[in-house]
Amino acid sequence: MSIWTRMRNVFQGERLRQEIEEELESHVAEAVEHGRSEVEARRALGNTLRRREDSYSLRVTGWLDALREDVVFGWRQLKRNKVTSAAAVLSLALAMGACVSAFRLMDALLWRPLPVAHPDRLYALERGPSTPTSKPLVFGQWAYPNFELMREAAKGKAELLAVSNTERTDVTYVTDEETEKAYVQYVSGSMFDVFGLRPAQGRLFTAQDDRTPGAHPYAVLSYDYWKRRFGRDPKVVGKTVRLGERIFEIVGVGPETFTGTEPGTVTEIFLPTMMNRWVTRKDASWHRTLAIVNPGEPIEPLRAKMEAVSRRFERERLGGAVPKQMYESAATERVLIEPATSGASTMQQDYRNALMWLAVLVALVLLIACANVANLMTALATSRAREMALRVAIGAGRWRLIQMVLVESAMLAVLAAIGGAVFGWWSAPLVTRMISTPDYPARLILSPDWRVFGFGVALVVAVVLLFGLLPALRASAVRPVSALKGGEDTHTRRRALHGLIAVQVAFCFVVVFVAGLLVGTFRKLETRPLGFDASGLLLLETVSPHGQQPETWAQVGESLRAMPGVERVAESGWPLLSTGDWNGSISVNGGPASTDWGHFLTVSPGWLETMRLPLLAGRDFRQSDTFPGAAIVNETFVKQFLGGKEPLGAYFEKVNYLGPGQKCQIVGVVADAPYRWLREPILPVAFVPYREVDEKAVVQPESSGTFLVRMKDGDPQAMGAELRRKISHAGAGLRVSNVQTQQELLDAQIVRERLLAMLGFFFATVAVLLAGIGLYGVLNYTVLQRQKEIGIRIALGARGAKVMRLVAAEVVRMVTIGSIAGIVLGLGTARYVQSLLYGVKASDAAMLGIPVATIAIAVALAAVPAVRRALRVDPVEMLRAE
Amino acid sequence: MAKNDLQGTLDLLVLKTLSQVGEMHGYGIVAHIQRASDDLLRVEEGSLYPALHRMEQRGWIAADWALTETNRKAKYYKLTAAGRKRLQEEEKNFEHLVKGVRAILRYA
Repeated sequence: MSIWTRMRNVFQGERLRQEIEEELESHVAEAVEHGRSEVEARRALGNTLRRREDSYSLRVTGWLDALREDVVFGWRQLKRNKVTSAAAVLSLALAMGACVSAFRLMDALLWRPLPVAHPDRLYALERGPSTPTSKPLVFGQWAYPNFELMREAAKGKAELLAVSNTERTDVTYVTDEETEKAYVQYVSGSMFDVFGLRPAQGRLFTAQDDRTPGAHPYAVLSYDYWKRRFGRDPKVVGKTVRLGERIFEIVGVGPETFTGTEPGTVTEIFLPTMMNRWVTRKDASWHRTLAIVNPGEPIEPLRAKMEAVSRRFERERLGGAVPKQMYESAATERVLIEPATSGASTMQQDYRNALMWLAVLVALVLLIACANVANLMTALATSRAREMALRVAIGAGRWRLIQMVLVESAMLAVLAAIGGAVFGWWSAPLVTRMISTPDYPARLILSPDWRVFGFGVALVVAVVLLFGLLPALRASAVRPVSALKGGEDTHTRRRALHGLIAVQVAFCFVVVFVAGLLVGTFRKLETRPLGFDASGLLLLETVSPHGQQPETWAQVGESLRAMPGVERVAESGWPLLSTGDWNGSISVNGGPASTDWGHFLTVSPGWLETMRLPLLAGRDFRQSDTFPGAAIVNETFVKQFLGGKEPLGAYFEKVNYLGPGQKCQIVGVVADAPYRWLREPILPVAFVPYREVDEKAVVQPESSGTFLVRMKDGDPQAMGAELRRKISHAGAGLRVSNVQTQQELLDAQIVRERLLAMLGFFFATVAVLLAGIGLYGVLNYTVLQRQKEIGIRIALGARGAKVMRLVAAEVVRMVTIGSIAGIVLGLGTARYVQSLLYGVKASDAAMLGIPVATIAIAVALAAVPAVRRALRVDPVEMLRAE
Repeated sequence: MAKNDLQGTLDLLVLKTLSQVGEMHGYGIVAHIQRASDDLLRVEEGSLYPALHRMEQRGWIAADWALTETNRKAKYYKLTAAGRKRLQEEEKNFEHLVKGVRAILRYA
């Protein structure tokens, strides 16, 4: 009889026992047939039950049989307390699902290695400032000529690759009329080879495609894009696609699992770096540098070499015509080599901290849920005590009892895990959607794999141990005598419950505290005064490949103004808060070039009124104003560069290192407004006329700009398509590349804060709910346990307040202890969450007050039913029930 | 040998019985042992069935339900090939045991 038969017998216990009984019976019958008396025969055989069980235990796998029994018993226990079990399973399912979801997101964005050869040897080169400041500013963009020098220097030690950011670009397939958007990434030709990737169709780039700027008009599609856009059509190889002015031939499709090097976005079209228009510029930093380090190569000497090469490049580039301080900082800039096993992307940098904090919140909620379930198990122990005592009395080992309770816990955990898996499945893509903006949808590869499954299993085991082990140990330590007598050591059990309550309250406090900080941050950012009116403002980003005179742009603007529903129209280089930046050193009255940047933006006359940015002094631009020539500066500019001097009429110069400076006279002063980011302080900005002239006073054509359209009322989006068409049909060679509202730009800037606020609020609610339910359960249990005592006291004359104190005193003490612990914990963690906050401090009284108030309310609500029950105890009934 | 000492040799006796009578049920095995040893050996009936089931599990004997002469259902056991081999081993072991004990008893 093999192990399999023995295992199978476990589930056929009844039949097996019957068979053995039959055999024993037939033995007795045979004895009777041979003339012996039945009584004597049975006596000779011995205790039938004993014989049967001996044989039975021989034929089943012992441990499996015990397990089956425990499962059946546990199931019966759970069914007997349907409501509490359901509550426990649900709260656990929610918490576990959130855990799995958080894991999936973090894995997809931060941890999963890129599907390339040797991801453990993949690094990213970053630049850091020469003096480490409190917030190290790490910059990941490089200039291509610098990259070429570094690549040469690294030969033999590592392979260097250049990959640009994945940008959403206009592309046109020659067979289609429509211009569509695709995610384009410029990569080194050697990237596919170095990564060990094979094409799914056609061919991929090689090192040959890294030779000559502009001479390799080839494109490779990603498999994902090929499947979605072309339905895996093999005839796509050989087709052509137009980007801007250039035409590229599609030569192949990448492998199935490779979607670029930036987690959070999926590259759709790969182009060689040689085809990027910045590839020969020494002063433009536009791509990341990745390195595959040869096995066994030490990192530090490589880093030092790269740093030396980069510094030499910067020194040569700047020459001598820059302020000494700038030269110094460039010459001592540090190069860092960071591991990039899972790729490198801005989304990673932006969300790394946020996701970790969310994971912390989720973990705390899980612990609260586990504490709840542990409470439940401990409370159930009363009904289980007799059973346990009986088992101990007939010889069960301690481990056997522990196993019994653990099995019950495991059943709860498995049920919760199933619910949690469903919740986790659904919620991870939901969160991904929440961090998508219309311009930059986030795409994470959330495929289920063994990592998620392994995490899930580990989670179940951890959860079972967390809430099952202590009650199991406690329950198995029962002493049969006292249990069977009916009395039990209730004091230690109550202490355990109250201890758990304190822990729950402490964690709940931290969750609500952090959530309050995150929500406060979001509100502060959302309501940050902008200085201008962002509502009803439509932005049309427009390009003109051949460039048009500013007058043409103004004419098109006029034609837009004539359309119904339009109040004002203006042009600018780009919108405020679109993260675009144009900066330069400022020199006032021939003085030395400033070490701080001044920031510039080209605007047309009427832009100030369109934006509703108040003019504080001076005048708006006229049609005749040019740059260089006139400028309107903001208050911060006046404060920073002009000291206290009268701004109107003053001259300043924008210092250029590769040519003459551009001199401007200040003709107006405007109120402050954010320039690039909502989160940064106000920068000194000089608005200059859209009409630019060169040294010979020839008006320069403009190849890109943004029309700002203020709508009279109603939804600005609705007019978007019409305005776009109007511009295309104006016959001026202008084409709209993007339409959005100013409000959308603002919203996109606070996506992360909104996510944190929403999820923080959600988890805080769940935490308070769980803690409240747990508290209610414990108070209820306490009252039930002490009914006799309460009855006697009421009989002796205790009223209202005294009864309440009896029930609630200890619990209130626990809640207070928990709150204090929570405050300490919260303040301790505040230091680490500071980087995510804006405008709120952990030590704000309001921030500390919210969790205190919330918990106080929850405690009061949870206590009311229990206290009412205690007050209504009838002493006569109690004593009669004895 | 006293009844209790049969524990170790019960396997041997059962296997030998089955090799001699072919198929037999539990009661018959007990009866045969008693008869063949001239009433010197009496198997403790209580320990028989656990032993039979243990041996069945080890694969030395195989069992099947059948009808007795009196048309009653009973479980019949028979020897398997592995059981035959085991029987040979057990016989050899027993010979050694007896020889050894005799030698000690005779030692002067």
